[in-house]
Amino acid sequence: MLRKLLIGTALATSFAFSAHAADVKEVQMLHWWTSGGEAAALNVLKGDLAKEGYAWKDVPVAGGGGDAAMTALKAMVAAGNYPTASQMLGYTVLDYAAAGVMGDLTETAKKEGWDKSVPAALQKFSVYEGKWVAAPVNVHSVNWLWINKAVMDKIGGTEPKTFDDFIALLDKAKAAGVIPLALGGQNWQEATMFDSVVLSTGGPEFYKKAFNDLDDASLKSDTMKKSFDNLAKLVTYVDPNFSGRDWNLATAMVIKGDALVQVMGDWAKGEFHAAKKTPGTDFLCYRFPGTDGSVIYNSDMFGMFNVPDDRKAAQVALATATLSKSFQSAFNVVKGSVPARTDVPDTDFDACGKKGIADLKAANDGGTLFGSLAQGYGAPPAVANAYKDVVSKFVHGQIKTSDEAVTELVKAIDDAK
Amino acid sequence: MSTVATSQIKLTPEHARPRASVRSRLQDALPKIVLAPSFAITIVFVYGFILWTIYLSFTNSKTFPSYVITGSRAYQRLWGWTFDTDPPSSWYTSITNMGIFGFLYILICLALGLFLAILLDQKIRGEGMLRPIYLYPMALSFIVTGVAWKWFLDPGLGLEQTLHQWGWTSFHFDWIKNKDFVIYTVVIAGVWQASGFIMAMFLAGLRGIDGEIMKAAQIDGATTFQLYRRIVIPLLRPIFLSAFIVLAHLAIKSYDLVVALTSGGPGGSAWLPSNFMYEYTFKRNEMAVGSASAVIMLMTIVAIIVPYLYSELREKPR
Repeated sequence: MLRKLLIGTALATSFAFSAHAADVKEVQMLHWWTSGGEAAALNVLKGDLAKEGYAWKDVPVAGGGGDAAMTALKAMVAAGNYPTASQMLGYTVLDYAAAGVMGDLTETAKKEGWDKSVPAALQKFSVYEGKWVAAPVNVHSVNWLWINKAVMDKIGGTEPKTFDDFIALLDKAKAAGVIPLALGGQNWQEATMFDSVVLSTGGPEFYKKAFNDLDDASLKSDTMKKSFDNLAKLVTYVDPNFSGRDWNLATAMVIKGDALVQVMGDWAKGEFHAAKKTPGTDFLCYRFPGTDGSVIYNSDMFGMFNVPDDRKAAQVALATATLSKSFQSAFNVVKGSVPARTDVPDTDFDACGKKGIADLKAANDGGTLFGSLAQGYGAPPAVANAYKDVVSKFVHGQIKTSDEAVTELVKAIDDAK
Repeated sequence: MSTVATSQIKLTPEHARPRASVRSRLQDALPKIVLAPSFAITIVFVYGFILWTIYLSFTNSKTFPSYVITGSRAYQRLWGWTFDTDPPSSWYTSITNMGIFGFLYILICLALGLFLAILLDQKIRGEGMLRPIYLYPMALSFIVTGVAWKWFLDPGLGLEQTLHQWGWTSFHFDWIKNKDFVIYTVVIAGVWQASGFIMAMFLAGLRGIDGEIMKAAQIDGATTFQLYRRIVIPLLRPIFLSAFIVLAHLAIKSYDLVVALTSGGPGGSAWLPSNFMYEYTFKRNEMAVGSASAVIMLMTIVAIIVPYLYSELREKPR
């Protein structure tokens, strides 16, 4: 009986292996885009690939979410079982590239002209030692205000141009009895807002020095201290229950008119769309006051792994389809982000999307396109998370003064470097 | 050995003997064969990986394991963080929370479990219905418990909101949003989940006590309080041991409850060491620090459980 069992197992395994070897017309994809809008956006890509005869296979992730997916990816790579591609963020791509497990798409990149069309700031993460290792899917930008227009009209507010204008606007909302600022008190949301506050307080040069170059003098400076003071000012306008709230619930407060404004990346637009709201008539999108002309970005990428030769054709097809103009337009219209190449026509986008595309192009040309530290595009994860700790502890009162916050920030970043 | 046996009985006509010997040898070996896989799995996946984690904690592993020993920097960093009290470092928060949570969770669960068990043991009507009601929370996963209590304790959704709607507007209960009290909400949810199970353990213990002893004590004029204080509780000592071990390991491995209930708490104020370990190993790509914190957790468990087990199990043969 044992022998039968053994033979059975051996046969089953060999079947599994042979099935594996024949699977060249298949794209194995690890991602965590499972919510309604995101899944719909991804279906566009699945359709494009199906037309070319490639089947799509999701790599299952228990629990969903980016963290679980990254843990699953780590295990797969450690076992030498690479997916064709995986959704990845920022420094993760470079970490995996440094570990030598990423593929090489330079030929495809040359043929498709990615060097010219993809913003240089993004190429820092998609090109490793001169080789293309990832295909950027979109560009999100973080320094946005999302405002409920009905509430704005009620309180007679206008677009705030400076930080002081913004405070005046929040005061108006407070006087009118609405929650001025919708914030979810989770560390990444607080830090995402602080990214914008720093850019607004210190200007583009300062943001770059402090949060991309991690320059000690800038991190210690009075400007950073002032940024923390400004953050403290903003936090006085949130409702008492903000702690621990998810970002989409904070967006819902703005959609429903319970709150005036949320400072959040442009993925918030997806929530407005899902609630059937139109930009300009139901809600307004402005750049965070004092940050017009600069873009703090993060970007979703498809990291391409060094798969066996018989699966490389499928990988090239995936990468080409991902960066094709038609997909970039169709996907990003649904997702709320803007295309990862600057030569995609903006005809299908709404007003906020058009502004986003124009801003990205201007920021790319003007050298004011910066990685978001809170979103893991400013510095490696250890530093980014140390930063989120400090900001969150400041917001929730474990760190009491802006002096202390600056000291802690420098200490935490030094320690994590 | 079998060849010796067969050569000795070569001349006898019983040809069935060698077969029987093979079969009996197989029967002797069967328990070992059956146990071998689980034994091997335990050796590799428990003890092997403990050693691996200890090894990694002395390397400079970041995103991926690195196998070059670089010294005890990870431990030095943790040691430094242990005394970072103002503002509290994440590690300091984690270990103080572990102390608060572990102590209160075990103590309240034991006390409440024993109390409920004694009440249920009074031969009341409907016990068969009451028992599963208390026991049921244990059938839920920590995630479900966490989410349910998160909604219940949220001042804008649950208890506070409801009482405000009923007219008690001065009622205020925002522990779950308060950095100093959020860890106590984790205790509340944890106790709610586990105390019914502890009750069932004590109830089984109470049912196992010989009625003759109780009767003898009653005849001797013991009051009910004395009966429990002097006879029942001392007799339940093995149950206390089992319950303590069950609760201690539940407390130390609590991770999902904190995540589901508080998502880390305001400014990370609800973290336990397990949250710290996961966060550093998988989210911050500081595998060495994560491993070091895991080793320290293991050492803590060993330091508590081993002396306790030793003292409890040694008394038995006496």
